[in-house]
Amino acid sequence: MNYFNIFYVIASILFILGIKNLSHPKTARRGNFIAAMGMLIAIIVTLLAYGQLDYKLIIIGIVIGSIIGTFFALKVEMTQMPQMVAIFNGFGGSASALVAAAEFLKSGDISTFTISTIIISIFVGTLTFSGSFIAFGKLQGFVSGQPIIFPAQQLINAVLAIVLLVLGYLIILSPIEMNYFYGLIIISAVLGITLTIPIGGADMPVVISLLNSYSGIAAAATGFVLMNNALIISGALVGASGLILTNIMCKGMNRSLANVIFGAVGIEQETTDSDSNQKQVLIKSYSTEEAAMIFDAAEKVIVVPGYGLAVAQAQHAVREVAEFLESKGKEVLYAIHPVAGRMPGHMNVLLAEANISYDQLKDLDEINPDFEDCDVALVLGANDVVNPAARHDTSSPIYGMPILDVDKSRTVIINKRTMNTGFAGIQNELFGFDNSIMVFGDAKDMLQQLLKDLKEL
Amino acid sequence: MDINIITVFILAIFVGFEIITKVPPTLHTPLMSGSNAISGIAIVGAIISTNINGELGTYLGLTALTFATINVVGGFMVTDRMLKMFKRK
Repeated sequence: MNYFNIFYVIASILFILGIKNLSHPKTARRGNFIAAMGMLIAIIVTLLAYGQLDYKLIIIGIVIGSIIGTFFALKVEMTQMPQMVAIFNGFGGSASALVAAAEFLKSGDISTFTISTIIISIFVGTLTFSGSFIAFGKLQGFVSGQPIIFPAQQLINAVLAIVLLVLGYLIILSPIEMNYFYGLIIISAVLGITLTIPIGGADMPVVISLLNSYSGIAAAATGFVLMNNALIISGALVGASGLILTNIMCKGMNRSLANVIFGAVGIEQETTDSDSNQKQVLIKSYSTEEAAMIFDAAEKVIVVPGYGLAVAQAQHAVREVAEFLESKGKEVLYAIHPVAGRMPGHMNVLLAEANISYDQLKDLDEINPDFEDCDVALVLGANDVVNPAARHDTSSPIYGMPILDVDKSRTVIINKRTMNTGFAGIQNELFGFDNSIMVFGDAKDMLQQLLKDLKEL
Repeated sequence: MDINIITVFILAIFVGFEIITKVPPTLHTPLMSGSNAISGIAIVGAIISTNINGELGTYLGLTALTFATINVVGGFMVTDRMLKMFKRK
């Protein structure tokens, strides 16, 4: 048995090396391959190390899973990546919980330590499962993307948490009583739903990151159940990864982690509706022809893409405009806010898909000094992340959120469909600034028209 | 025995924080789907759990195995699909 454990160590090392290679786009693909090899080694070793396995069953499970997994992986649109990751989190979490449950049913002589880890694994895994499906539903649109709020929400969550603790204690006392065990599964699933359902669509990046972390914690807990280092190490890696991303997303929205976990995210949003549209802003609306003339005179252009860009499927149109501008000797960069898109790094993937070179994609800290000497900032379907109110207006719901300093550019050209407010439900004072120009219309149509006008100049 | 495995867990968390903070924001989505695939390591547990006697245990094992395989296969494949798109001109 010890002999085989060495291979689990090798698998763990390959996971670590794989993630290490993700530190640069050049080596990232190799990193993913290395991690996949680690997984293959772990699977083969497990198949060989454990004698009396039901191989027929294993083949059935692996074949069905591979077909479904491959189908998802090949079919998914890049805009749908958040849903995909959400549902995969759910599968991972539930797999961990199911393994722990199977181990529990095997019963025999289980130590208190093992029972405790089984309880944690089932709790976290089931919560990840139900929470992920709600998140998936919200992103896919069959569950309302709006925060769903019901009375005494926090109280209900607190009661559920206490019931869970009591159930856990009872299971440790009398592991034979199956009703406690079923209770644990049901309440964990309910808690996953009640914790996820009050969170609005725009806050999904936080939720997905957090669920990602949970799926890792569930795997690690299962590792404790089975006393398997490969599960513990990979679970810890994923747990850490999800937590770091959660933290980055929270910072990007200026919210604390506690604020997110306890579901206050959605409630905050509701209060913002009341003070929306209070301030009237006077805007200047330009045609694409007029905008083209501004671009023609510019030397440095920074594109600020928001999720609206992806919704309009305008990534390729952006690249075409950018390529034209570059051919005229102008510099084009892209400013990516941490919460642009529906999951961490989502916008980068969407732009990479449109063949935009990754070294032109700049994150917030990197790009902000660049706006000072930028001639045109082109804001496409982004709103809250460029709202200067975040800097000074303490009453604004987005106050304190780090923003892209587009207003420092000589000219800001903002494309929007209509004058509707952003996700935070507030009017953007940027639109009324002296150096701001609005160009209304669908992002894709606008960009294609702009390209035509640029070529005709 | 228990303390050894807890040590491994804690050290792995530290390693995780070290290497993951070095992943640039550009690659955060592939990081997420890739680490997601890694959390499919529960597949190892799922394989082991199929040797449990009793019908319920078997079905749990089969379901766990199917879910974990979806996670592993789909996760690594879609990550590769994404990373293929990151090019430099």
